[in-house]
Amino acid sequence: MSDIGVQSEAIHERAREAMQDAHLQEAYRSSTLRLYTHRLKAIGEVPGFEQLRERGRELKREVMDHLDHYLGQFADNVERQGGKVHWARTADEACALVKGIIQSAGAHELVKAKSMVGEEIELNHALEAAGIRAVETDLGELIVQLSGERPAHIVAPAMHKTRHDVSDLFERKLHSEATEDPERLTAIARRTLREMFAKAGVGMSGANFAVAETGSIVVIENEGNIRFCTTAPRVHVVLVGIEKIIPRLADLGVFLRLLGRSGTGQKLTSYTSILTGPRRPGEDGPEEMHVVVIDNGRIATLADEKMREVLYCIRCGACLNACPVFRKIGGHAYGWVYSGPIGALVTPQLAGLDRARELPFASSLCGACREVCPVKINIPDLLLYLRGQVQERFPSPRPAGSPVSERRGIRLWAWVMKKPWAFSLGGFLARLGFRFLPTSRRGGERAWVTKFPFPPLSNWTSGRDFPAPDPVPFRERWKRISH
Amino acid sequence: MGNHSPKVALFITCIGDQFFPQVGECAVRILRRAGAEVSFNPAQTCCGQPAFNTGYREEARDVALRMLDLFDDADYVVAPSGSCTTMVRVFYPELFAGDPALLRKVERLRERFFEFSEFLVKIMKAEDLGASFPHRVAYHDSCHLYRELGIETEPRKLLRAVKGIELVELQDHRLCCGFGGTFAVKYPEVSVGMAQDKVRAAAEVGAEYLVANDAGCLMHVAGYIHRNGLPLKTLHLAELLEKHE
Repeated sequence: MSDIGVQSEAIHERAREAMQDAHLQEAYRSSTLRLYTHRLKAIGEVPGFEQLRERGRELKREVMDHLDHYLGQFADNVERQGGKVHWARTADEACALVKGIIQSAGAHELVKAKSMVGEEIELNHALEAAGIRAVETDLGELIVQLSGERPAHIVAPAMHKTRHDVSDLFERKLHSEATEDPERLTAIARRTLREMFAKAGVGMSGANFAVAETGSIVVIENEGNIRFCTTAPRVHVVLVGIEKIIPRLADLGVFLRLLGRSGTGQKLTSYTSILTGPRRPGEDGPEEMHVVVIDNGRIATLADEKMREVLYCIRCGACLNACPVFRKIGGHAYGWVYSGPIGALVTPQLAGLDRARELPFASSLCGACREVCPVKINIPDLLLYLRGQVQERFPSPRPAGSPVSERRGIRLWAWVMKKPWAFSLGGFLARLGFRFLPTSRRGGERAWVTKFPFPPLSNWTSGRDFPAPDPVPFRERWKRISH
Repeated sequence: MGNHSPKVALFITCIGDQFFPQVGECAVRILRRAGAEVSFNPAQTCCGQPAFNTGYREEARDVALRMLDLFDDADYVVAPSGSCTTMVRVFYPELFAGDPALLRKVERLRERFFEFSEFLVKIMKAEDLGASFPHRVAYHDSCHLYRELGIETEPRKLLRAVKGIELVELQDHRLCCGFGGTFAVKYPEVSVGMAQDKVRAAAEVGAEYLVANDAGCLMHVAGYIHRNGLPLKTLHLAELLEKHE
């Protein structure tokens, strides 16, 4: 799939395609299950993990309720430490700011650490248009960059690719030898990236957390590439969404314990870097540190009291791994950079509900996401809320082949349900009508409808049979058994 | 309870009434056997969940409003469905938020509203209802029942008390079956794919029967089984508790 713009309207087609791709199904099934199982094991080792989740949630609530205060404090402290703060209201503003910083540094190449907000603002495209080459240095991100795709998962961008896929890709794009040995594949990537680290004038990272009290940026990783990006080049640019603020350095312990375990089942990731300002005299590190603070729809989310909770998300990806729908359709089906249950909430907030109105419906509302969320975001409840918003704000769809629009159908249904006589009559008519539909019994007592002529039930019978109504409904049977 | 038999109003649910009336009959017999006096108000239809689930809150409110006055003379209302019980207990307060008078009615209904297995075990303190069923049975935790109402031990207690039963746990028994209300027709391929996983999990543990407490999940899974001519059979818990084999 192309990696520009919001394509969430195509979720139905993409989901269908994904369901037919056995290779992709197995890649998602095995990876999500592995991360899900690792998480379960890791949280089992922490006494009071539940209280930790509560604490994480409380802290996030505190920040969101006083975001102006904490953001101001953070910015003041970044500047006090010698960093420079830039404010971006939109994706375009953020890209222009980054471009400006790179150009004034006289650089033409940029090494990038993994950043979801960087994906969100589509920075690589903006830089490319300005003649600046951005190279992803996270292995998974490098893989999706080379294949011209978006991350398939918040934490594991190349989850949809097998070793074999990566070997092919490296052979084609990096002209390396064919190998499916993960160590050798990593060595190939390392060789390519080392060269880039040595010559790039600017390094870019995201931020897992931004500490208001100290003006520090916290980044966690397993590969060591973020350390390179943030220390080797002369200039370090940080992209940080306004929701990444945490109040105090002491609160970091809560979030680090939550994030590693929820995301990958690790107690801590291999590297945790706390970066406070550029280099001091006599030290290593970048000469300049620029922090680009990005809104891009977050303030509007903050203003919606119900949806504000979405900003609590610490991007661990646990809800994706737990979600039976994500496991089936994968990340790309969601049509933008954020996928899974949290993506179905974030995308409508940041990209606009009008462009993502199918997403809130891409859930069976089973609640597995809420069960694993480290900050206990009530995802199914918010999906239900967004479904309500979709029906209030947009014209009701009329499914192809349907006699009426969905809203008219629901109104008719509601009218029937309000009158017991109409309900009984409806049941009677349905029994009559079902006689004209193709059924099968397979030797059982019950007749099952095999093909419905129009939606919504034609969608049901496209993949399974639908039970014919019982000849005698309960309300009739009750007359015999009421005593 | 003392000597007084609790008056229980049955909420059969719209799907139960039209598609699985035998589940209602079984539930009535079991509730009576457990010592309840059962009534059925024929003015009932649906709890409103299909509209709520799809985002049509006004229409959901319209339908749900009727529910608030239907069961005033009963001590308890019992539904053979975790999902419809969730609609009343969890979603009605949200649906009627901002209307204190209606919220008081909601509160009065909520505190008396129970899911079938929950009511038997928690309120009637009944576990062994005299059933015998010498088969290998797997229980599916339906999502609303388990995650919204927290009911997982009650159905298992009732099942373990059945004579001759061989109760087996599915690998990942809390994984959604893929029904999800209108999700089943909005994302049919995904929904069916999830049913396939559920049926496969049942086959892996060699279950003859898959039991659940929600007609929605059961008609979805059974529809998949029927389409593909598979040997697995499905039962509602109330039906199983009426087996005397």
